[in-house]
Parts: sequence; structure tokens; C-alpha cells
Amino acid sequence: MIEWLQNLDFAWMAWTWQIALFFGFIALALVTLTVLAVIRPETPRRGILRIATTRGDRLFISLVGSAFIAIFWIAFSTALGVTEIDLWGALGLSLLYGIGVFRYV
Amino acid sequence: MEKPFNNRAWFMVLPVFIIVAFSAILPLMTVVNYSVQDTFGNNQFFWNGIGWFKELLDLSSELGGRFIDAMFRNFLFSFLILLIEIPLGIAVALAMPRQGWAVSVSLVLLALPLLIPWNVVGTIWQVFGRTDIGLLGWGLTSLGIDYNYVSGVLAAWITIIIMDVWHWTSLVVLLCYAGLRSIPDAFYQAARIDGASRWAIFCAIQLPKMSRVLVIAVLLRFMDSFMIYTEPFVVTGGGPGNATTFISIDLVKIALGQFDLGKAAALSLVYNLIILTVCWVFYTVMTHYESKDGRARP
Repeated sequence: MIEWLQNLDFAWMAWTWQIALFFGFIALALVTLTVLAVIRPETPRRGILRIATTRGDRLFISLVGSAFIAIFWIAFSTALGVTEIDLWGALGLSLLYGIGVFRYV
Repeated sequence: MEKPFNNRAWFMVLPVFIIVAFSAILPLMTVVNYSVQDTFGNNQFFWNGIGWFKELLDLSSELGGRFIDAMFRNFLFSFLILLIEIPLGIAVALAMPRQGWAVSVSLVLLALPLLIPWNVVGTIWQVFGRTDIGLLGWGLTSLGIDYNYVSGVLAAWITIIIMDVWHWTSLVVLLCYAGLRSIPDAFYQAARIDGASRWAIFCAIQLPKMSRVLVIAVLLRFMDSFMIYTEPFVVTGGGPGNATTFISIDLVKIALGQFDLGKAAALSLVYNLIILTVCWVFYTVMTHYESKDGRARP
């Protein structure tokens, strides 16, 4: 078993530390939600979208929304003729959006 | 009465989770890794940051232009087939017999196209539309109509749309028929006593009662048509020119034809995001309909 694990080769996945960090963050968020679900169980609530959401739903909405924020950030920057684009601004917006989702949705 | 549920049952999902990890999650992670790197093969990768995304979302670049064109075609295709399939499906469901042996016959006949695999449907229509040996193509050409899906953009589009209508209208019919069957006879009796017209019965009884299955039908058909690949690939191969090149077809061209893994990965992530969003809306609307009494579902 140990030997098998040592021989596992993930080179085909072409890992980069940035993407590993990204998926690590998502994994951490999922673990946090699981722990929270055990120690502080919740009931779904209705927010401004008028749909019942749990913490997991809100995390999903935040992540998908953040992806769209990043996409539109890049698209608008290119359309405005910006050549050096970095995503820190989009990350900031996404954080604000995520906080908003967790508070009000 | 609310029953507390045992969350340990989630461990039952573990085998599925492991299978999904290998069939979906690890490949998805790989695609995300590809999307920020460039490669010339041989499993050697070079960091490219958000370069591919910049190119993809820059509508004046070659890749961005292709992407936006293909996406426009995708939406146009989905819009057109919904425009035809939903009213047609409702009409057929309304015209179907309500009792007797004819019910089974029509149900079986309607289910037949749904059972045919996509590539077979594509092959059927590819042959059917050919002007030399296909009945449709030969017949139309003999009538003097200029029909050739290999060279004519309009002919190619009409062919793939009719093919999709042929393949999937049955699904809408079956869903609507199920919705219609769930209406109790008392509703119709009341309408008869009121002297309601056929149209009034449709608007006031049948359509509202079908609304839930119609939502499911629209969303299912939208999702499926938005992800379409095999049928147009078999019939037109994306041509003439790029006239029927949908995102999925372009994606395969970029990834396997040109071996531009980075570009293809960026494109497929954006494509995936659109589909994921629509899926989520689909799921939310469906579960929302189920809990219409306003009580939040656990």
C-alpha cells in the first residue's frame, strides 16, 4: 500500500502551486463547512433570492459568481485596452461579493 | 412531523465519490492546470498565467472571435429548437389519445427516437439528407429546391434543427402528456358546465397544470442542446465553413486538432462555467417547485 502510494505519479496533471493553492482553498472550505455542520447544525434560510440556501449553497454561489467576476474583469480590461491585467482587483470584488452572499442570500 | 436524519448515511456515498474523483474531479483539476500553462507536448509545461483567458476573452483575437461566434451559434441553436419543440410537444401531447390501446401505441412510437444513440441519429440524417442517395435530399433536389447541407449554410442549419426536433420533441411530448394526465376529470366537468371554450380550457386548466413539467422540459432541452456535439459533428462536421461549429466542436478542434491544450482548457472552463450555472438554475427551480408550500426543504 505504502509502496503503491509512493509510486503514484501525478506529473500528468501538470500541477502548478497556484492551482494547488486554489483547490486547497476549496478543499479547506469544504472541510470547514463539514465541521461546522457537525458542531453548529443549521436550517436553510431564505434571503434576497427568495430561495432556501444553506452555507454550502452560499459557498457555491460565491465561487461561481467569483468566476464570473474574474471573467468579466478580464473581458472588460481587454475591451478597455489594458494590456497588463492582474486579477487582484477581481479577487477583491469577489471577496466583497462573497461576504454579501453569505450575509444576504 | 420532522424526522431527524442521520448524517452518517453520507458514508454510503463514498464509493461514488471515489469513482467521481477519478472520472471527473482529477481530470477537471488537470484542465485547470492546463489553462494557466503552455505545452509543446512531451508533458513539459510552461507558466502562462491568465494569458489564455486574456486571449479567449479578447473578442478581437482569433481565439476570442471563434469563441464568441461559436457561443452565439450555440444560443441561436438552443433558442430555435426550443421555439419549435416546446409548442410542437404541447400540441402533440394535446392531440394524443387518452384511453384504449392507442395510448400504448403512441407512447412506444414516441419513445423510439429517444432510444437511438446520438451518432446513429447523426448518421441517419447524414444519409437521409444526401442529394445522391438520401430520400430527403434527393426528393428536394428533384423538386427543384436547392438543398445541399454540405455547401449551403441555411440547408445545414435546417437539417440539424429538424434532426434535433425529430430526436427530442418526443421528450417534451411525454413530459407534457404526463402533466396532462395528472389533471382530474372534475376540472374538465366544471369547465363544461361553465361552457368554456377549447382555448379557455387550455389557458386556464391545461397550461397551468403543465407548467412544472414544461419548466423541466425547457431546461432539459436547453442543457442538452447547449452541449450538443455528436449530431452536427456527424452530419456537417461543423461546416460549411464554420457555420455549424458549436463550442463543443470547436473545443475538440482546438484541443485535439491543433493540440493547443492551454487554449482548449481555458475555453472549456468558461464553457463549463456557463453550463454549471444553468444546471444550478435548473436544480434550484426544480427543487423550488417541489417546496411550493413555502417551507424550506432540509
